[in-house]
Amino acid sequence: MVQYFSPPLDTAFAALSDATRRGVLEQLARSDASITELADAFHMTLTGMKKHIGVLEEAGLVATEKVGRVRTCRLGGRALLEEAAWIENYRNLWAARFEGLDEVIEQLKRKEATHGRQRK
Amino acid sequence: MDANANKPAPAKGKTKVERTGDREIVISRTFNGPARLVFEAWTTPELLKTWWVPKSTGMMLASCTADVRPGGQYRFEFAREGSVIMAFFGRYLEVVPPTKLVWTNEESPDGSVTTLTFEERGDTTLLTLREVYPSKEALDEIMGGTDGGMEETLDQLEALLAEKRAANGGKWPERLRG
Repeated sequence: MVQYFSPPLDTAFAALSDATRRGVLEQLARSDASITELADAFHMTLTGMKKHIGVLEEAGLVATEKVGRVRTCRLGGRALLEEAAWIENYRNLWAARFEGLDEVIEQLKRKEATHGRQRK
Repeated sequence: MDANANKPAPAKGKTKVERTGDREIVISRTFNGPARLVFEAWTTPELLKTWWVPKSTGMMLASCTADVRPGGQYRFEFAREGSVIMAFFGRYLEVVPPTKLVWTNEESPDGSVTTLTFEERGDTTLLTLREVYPSKEALDEIMGGTDGGMEETLDQLEALLAEKRAANGGKWPERLRG
């Protein structure tokens, strides 16, 4: 059985709210990099960068792979993110549609109140 | 019940959209009104015409026919600037007023079968729309089919972040949705 996340936007949202992590994503969009390279590029300790990568990984934005002693990071989870963005768009469509439906229901309620419940 | 007569109407429901499985999407929302009226709004072409296409899309329903009975067909034609640009069509499989509607979406071979249920709860009705696609691949294709790539996706997310942040008085909200 495939396990589904509820839309991962919240996690992605939290992950992207940090300037360093956004920078890391931009960097990885250009090329894969090890955690050490990223720590150097962003003038951080290895531990600090590991934490950021952990957050990005959890959000499905980055995937890592350990080869020997080097952990390489690359952009990941594109499908997940696309799915999240799609769901958000779809939700917006339905929310807008349902606002129109709210109005129609209000009109029907008023009509019933005025004319009683007899058939048209 | 009468004691509540002067209270404001319950807050409008929030629209929820979830992928609940490989082939399935569920949309739900609560409405202030009895199931029979919500059902009427979904099954009367003149009413569907007034709400099905949000004004913000710049489109309108040029025509809408719905023969709401098992086996009956429906067809919604969408127009932009006066010309018809696409159509949704299919058949009703089940019609149980005022609790259930099932229809097919036949504009594409990968269209879903949609089950709509109306559950009356006091003065409100919980509407649940379940779309079941023919395969996981069909749904994946629809969801990821924009082919926008990571960059565009990130741009979209960033725009969303900015919007949510602005709506929260310039501060990062704890969560995207309440």
